[in-house]
Amino acid sequence: MTTTEPRPVAPVDVKSLIEEVLEPYPEKAKKKRAKHLNVYDHAKADCGVKSNVKSVPGSMTTRGCAYAGSKGVVWGPIKDMVHISHGPVGCGYYSWSGRRNYYIGTTGIDSYGTMQFTSDFQERDVVFGGDKKLTKLIEEVEELFPLNRGQSIQSECPIGLIGDDIEAVARKAAKEIGKTIVPVRCEGFRGVSQSLGHHIANDTIRDWVFPNSEKVAEEQNHQVGPYDVAIIGDYNIGGDAWSSRILLEEIGLRVVAQWSGDGTLNEMFLTPKVKLNLVHCYRSMNYIARHMEETYQIPWMEYNFFGPTQIAESLRTIAARFDATIQANAEAVIAKYEAQIKAVLDKFRPRLEGKTVALMVGGLRPRHVVPAFTDLGMQLIATGYEFGHNDDYKRTTHYIENGTLIYDDVSASEFEHFVKELNPDLVASGIKEKYVFQKMALPFRQMHSWDYSGPYHGYDGFAIFARDMDLALNSPTWSLIPTPWGKDKALAAAAH
Amino acid sequence: MTDPSIRQIAFYGKGGIGKSTTSQNTIAGLAEFGDRIMIVGCDPKADSTRLMLHSKAQTTVLHLAAERGAVEDVELEEVLLEGYKGVKCVESGGPEPGVGCAGRGIITAINFLEENGAYEDLDFVSYDVLGDVVCGGFAMPIREGKAQEIYIVTSGEMMAMYAANNIARGILKYAHSGGVRLGGLICNSRQCDRELELIETLAKRLNTQMIHFVPRDNIVQHAELRRMTVIEYAPESNQAQEYRSLARKIKDNTNLTVPTPITMDELEDLLVEFGILGDDSAVQHLIGKTAAEVAVV
Repeated sequence: MTTTEPRPVAPVDVKSLIEEVLEPYPEKAKKKRAKHLNVYDHAKADCGVKSNVKSVPGSMTTRGCAYAGSKGVVWGPIKDMVHISHGPVGCGYYSWSGRRNYYIGTTGIDSYGTMQFTSDFQERDVVFGGDKKLTKLIEEVEELFPLNRGQSIQSECPIGLIGDDIEAVARKAAKEIGKTIVPVRCEGFRGVSQSLGHHIANDTIRDWVFPNSEKVAEEQNHQVGPYDVAIIGDYNIGGDAWSSRILLEEIGLRVVAQWSGDGTLNEMFLTPKVKLNLVHCYRSMNYIARHMEETYQIPWMEYNFFGPTQIAESLRTIAARFDATIQANAEAVIAKYEAQIKAVLDKFRPRLEGKTVALMVGGLRPRHVVPAFTDLGMQLIATGYEFGHNDDYKRTTHYIENGTLIYDDVSASEFEHFVKELNPDLVASGIKEKYVFQKMALPFRQMHSWDYSGPYHGYDGFAIFARDMDLALNSPTWSLIPTPWGKDKALAAAAH
Repeated sequence: MTDPSIRQIAFYGKGGIGKSTTSQNTIAGLAEFGDRIMIVGCDPKADSTRLMLHSKAQTTVLHLAAERGAVEDVELEEVLLEGYKGVKCVESGGPEPGVGCAGRGIITAINFLEENGAYEDLDFVSYDVLGDVVCGGFAMPIREGKAQEIYIVTSGEMMAMYAANNIARGILKYAHSGGVRLGGLICNSRQCDRELELIETLAKRLNTQMIHFVPRDNIVQHAELRRMTVIEYAPESNQAQEYRSLARKIKDNTNLTVPTPITMDELEDLLVEFGILGDDSAVQHLIGKTAAEVAVV
């Protein structure tokens, strides 16, 4: 994707635009925020921005908290476990089904993904401690939902403040009911964003799941195969993991586990037996991949299933880790989908060619979806992460062109200002941004939830992605909403 | 907001210094003058009213709230008891040591009292607060609309003075936002060397007064064993007179100040000055030395 030629000079001088965007800030905030905004210089190893530090108070960041990172992202999708939001009711209630992690199963019987469990802390629990209530809750869950495979305790802020010993509760309850109980210290006040929650959640898998892996594998007489892989960091938004898994299976690999979209506790147990870990969302799950590399000598690699160019490249790189059969299969699979992709490109590329896009997503997609846009002839002019770290910005350089505007943890006012001046054809970001830009009459697509569409991963996903971008960009909607001053013109145009 | 005509006072001080004993004896003195008083115990141990009620520990707001499920299910009459000379007694209570959040418990309990009209028809409200102001919850009694006068119970022992100075810092913090003032130091004598002078000097340095020097007397222990104040147990004793005198001084006290806490170094200098510690070189010589090592030298 990297081109050596700098792209044509934008009509806007982006460097001075950054100055302009920073202008309204007080001195101290300006100094801080200036380090998070830059123009990518292709001679540099990263994007030239500071990241993963505390947001500037009052700047209206889009970031979440550690609880969101653990409960919402990493643990939540494990479908056969009950995930308890431990603390007052709000955190659980307002994050209820917040992510579109699709799963197969009977909700309330053997799967619990779209249910909400909370210890509903009251004043009494804060003052006297919530350990007894938690024990009772775990017992009740066990009684009401006997097919659950285990439970996780997702700590909300008060748990850390009052110092409840949830580890002791977990150990005792696990012993009594004979299932896995995972205490997660993901109190929202910890860290600067949801990113620390991912890390904490990864660590609890290491400490509370993996120690029993060997035993579980033995009990189940788990047969290790030469082509065993695990999908790490695919949350199956709108079915993403499914449209990825079929490609891996088509090239002859055996997908032992999906982390964690449509995943199960048992898959987690068996993952230390795989031959290769395939990491899609590096930001949220690199920790556990590295741990498995160090402890079980399982290599891992990153791949990208957004857009045909990267899918083909990824399939080839994955296949290269295996034998000639798999490599031949990969070529066959790539060839097999060529016609499908050609049809998609023939239909949509002419309608999207040359359109510009500004991205702002979480920890992976600000770089990973760029090739999908490029495959459609679209051009990325700006991107940035909510909670990426410097290693994400380094990886980003592989995907973007010289002169791209980079914003880290962009604030509401910055983003609005940038978009106003750069005037991209499409803004691709999240629900918090959506309506601001739609009110500016700009086409918008949600890049966290796929706007209730998807999947976007894999060849099948790309067809949907292309259709959705076309729907957003070429919808007549925007010309049908006349401004008071352009009313007559718009109505006349619509009449044609 | 509670009735501003009620004088709200609070007793703070290092743990074990005798806050509960001093405050209850003082309140007994005030009660003798005919004042209408409520004691709010703000210590999970719930021992701030036992001398008034002749009981081990009364049922606390939080204990009953925990039993019932929520503080809303508790009635004021169940936790507000009348003791010696009609003094109203209530204890916030709190969790057993090592669990939960005692600070939040105090906030909960005081909110409960306010919402249920406990702050009515009173001349004095007295808060008896646990040791140090370790978190926001323990500062609740000195926030806006609560105790406006703080009395720090101390002695000539170094750690008691250290705690007193720390409490003065807490008061200073809330002096500007909530208007709380320091009413004085109460010296609850431990019969240390030059104790009277020392506490008078400390008081001066903190921009306050030593409002009373309570001598040490075994009769306090005798009364305690009977779960009584000295004033009730031995009304004619000297010690009872001391507490009456303290009560009178508090009733008439107009010397309410914003404290000027001192640094740790200044506090140590004070001890040097009073010969409790030697001069600088002597101190340097002593620091970190065991008794045996010092004896050899």
